[in-house]
Amino acid sequence: MIGKFRLLLAAGLGLASGQWATPASAHLVYISNEKDNTLSVIDTATDEVVKTIPVGERPRAIQFSKDFKKLFICASDSNIVQVMDVATGKIAATLPSGDDPEQFDLSPDNRKLFIANENDAAVTVVDTDSRTVIKQFDTGVEPEGIAISPDQKWAIATSETTSMVHWFDVEKMEAIDNTLVDQRPRYGRFSKDSKLLWVSSEVGGSVTIMDVASRKPLKVIQFDIPGVLHDEVQPVGIRLTSDGKYGFVALGPSNHVAVVDAHTFEVLKYILVGRRVWHMELTPEEDKLYTTNGVSGDVTVIDVASLAPLKSIKVGRYPWGAAILPAGK
Amino acid sequence: MVNTAGWRALAAAATFVVFAAPALAADPLAIHVLYVEQKIARPPTLSNLDPPPPDLGLQGARLGIIDNNTTGKFLKQSFDLVEVVAEPGADLIAAARPKLAQFDLIVVNAPAPVLLALADLPETKGRLLFDIGAYDERLREEDCRANVLHTLPSRAMLTDALVQFLVKKKWPQILLIAGTTTADKAYAAALEASAAKFGAKIVERKDWTANADLRDTAAEEVPLMTQGAAYDVVAVADEGHDFGATIAYNSWDARPVVGTHGLVPAGWSAVIEPWGAVQLQNRFKTLAKRGMQPVDFAAWAALRLIGEAANRTGVIDAASVRAYALSDKLQLSAFKGRGLSFRVWNGQLRQPIHLVTSDNQVAVAPIGGFLHQRTDLDTLGLDEPESKCKAFKP
Repeated sequence: MIGKFRLLLAAGLGLASGQWATPASAHLVYISNEKDNTLSVIDTATDEVVKTIPVGERPRAIQFSKDFKKLFICASDSNIVQVMDVATGKIAATLPSGDDPEQFDLSPDNRKLFIANENDAAVTVVDTDSRTVIKQFDTGVEPEGIAISPDQKWAIATSETTSMVHWFDVEKMEAIDNTLVDQRPRYGRFSKDSKLLWVSSEVGGSVTIMDVASRKPLKVIQFDIPGVLHDEVQPVGIRLTSDGKYGFVALGPSNHVAVVDAHTFEVLKYILVGRRVWHMELTPEEDKLYTTNGVSGDVTVIDVASLAPLKSIKVGRYPWGAAILPAGK
Repeated sequence: MVNTAGWRALAAAATFVVFAAPALAADPLAIHVLYVEQKIARPPTLSNLDPPPPDLGLQGARLGIIDNNTTGKFLKQSFDLVEVVAEPGADLIAAARPKLAQFDLIVVNAPAPVLLALADLPETKGRLLFDIGAYDERLREEDCRANVLHTLPSRAMLTDALVQFLVKKKWPQILLIAGTTTADKAYAAALEASAAKFGAKIVERKDWTANADLRDTAAEEVPLMTQGAAYDVVAVADEGHDFGATIAYNSWDARPVVGTHGLVPAGWSAVIEPWGAVQLQNRFKTLAKRGMQPVDFAAWAALRLIGEAANRTGVIDAASVRAYALSDKLQLSAFKGRGLSFRVWNGQLRQPIHLVTSDNQVAVAPIGGFLHQRTDLDTLGLDEPESKCKAFKP
């Protein structure tokens, strides 16, 4: 009798924990593992890996379509962008990406994917419907960061060795301007109102805030973490909260994420995370930030309210990019 | 025989008037760089499997020009290289001399005496020379020249990097086997100085005087040479790659080989992958059809410095480029994981030194824990207080 009761209890618990694993409010964080050719999927309710999905070679940047039905994956060493059907987890299509795609961004209308071709000194623009190359722009040496402004007017690419931001008019599909920034710019992120562009310079150890209207630098933020060699402070990924309060900057091998006041551009805090932190993603509520830590092979969860790390989650080898599938999508 | 080859034939000397006057970054700017190389006759070696490539250094300079032009096209700046290569026995000075007056920026791949002779010519006074081929300490010390910058590390930087690693590993007991050439002796002396600097110990020094072909008898000879004092590593000083390869696995004790063979400290290596280096390696391989070596990297870095100066300041006369290089504005990004700058007291490019095997980067110096009040990069090589260089004093 007792045995049967235990069994029932266990089954009940199992059911309950099964439900907890995917409550209505839980989002899924997709992490690309550069050296495992997989994606790890983290459930935000439990902050545990619930699934691992095989993809192409050396997956780096990942991004959902605006309707969250597709996931675009830069499979750098396969020299393609893969399009995964989110419902089935299967690769549904591939896009011509040019050689060695590393980062990309999707236009808000879902139509144009701007892809950086690091080895070719070019940006390839692909029509996601017809899966054809619309245009290729010349860039400086080793383009990496790509960003499209929320108002869809501008696309930018950062060239690492050229240390330049290239500006493209998305409507006219023309190269408009080039702005020099500090050494080795890795990543760009527009503010929600499309008025500011944040650009991280890995070797310069800085983030440049650019005025989009004039395409000129407004402010250069320097980072200095007590007790950490300055040369190890190498800014890469950037995320901005939509309320305009915070900018988060991943500082690479310094193993910290900087919290920047997005109004004054003062550095508020440095949060210790895993080793060589590269990129980050915020939940839709912006209550948690997930960081990819390449060398330690894990993801740090940061609580945005307290600006404190909550948990480290072991994922695959060399986690690189992060993208969030909101609950119910 | 002297080869004078230009990627782009040089037009009238009038082109060079732009050097004299500062130009705005937005104005079209043509930057002409002279590459001069004195090839030397290599002494015969026991093994000839891996001779130095004939275009060592030159291909690095060419890649630098290509990279600069990729950037330059957005700033209306164009870069070209004129190449003067003197074969062994030919007189580089005589070949290069007619061209020297036309160039502010000159990349020199030559042994120390030739470099010094070039730097002391009236034609190169006030010009800027980049040493990419000579490791000699004296060029950074008593024989330093105000018109010479070094993008190649010095021997002391290499051996300091190696000894830092050995100390960190707690392998401080070194058995040194040194060749007899001037370069080998200089390498051995640098290693001895580094050991003294960081608290390692040369427990015994053996000079390689054998003149037989040891490839067949190394298994008998090397064990005899390497027994006696207890040691943690065998350090080899054989820059000409004559005997060094025969030491590994033939030592009496089971000890790693370091120095010019085995675990090698180097300014660059084809095995370096991090910090985006794969992209540079791939570009180089596509161009040169071989791996990138330290002298190639030094040439590339010199060209990148010139490119940075042109991009950032729009002024490319020798004095301005020199001032930019020695300023705290420079943070040269060169796939070494951190920004590089020059030592203001002797014109040496500060840089991490890579500790590599033939297929792996084992470590990068400065090794964690070796500190310096200015930057830990200055734990590598001779420091300012001990410098004998006077030419850089204000």
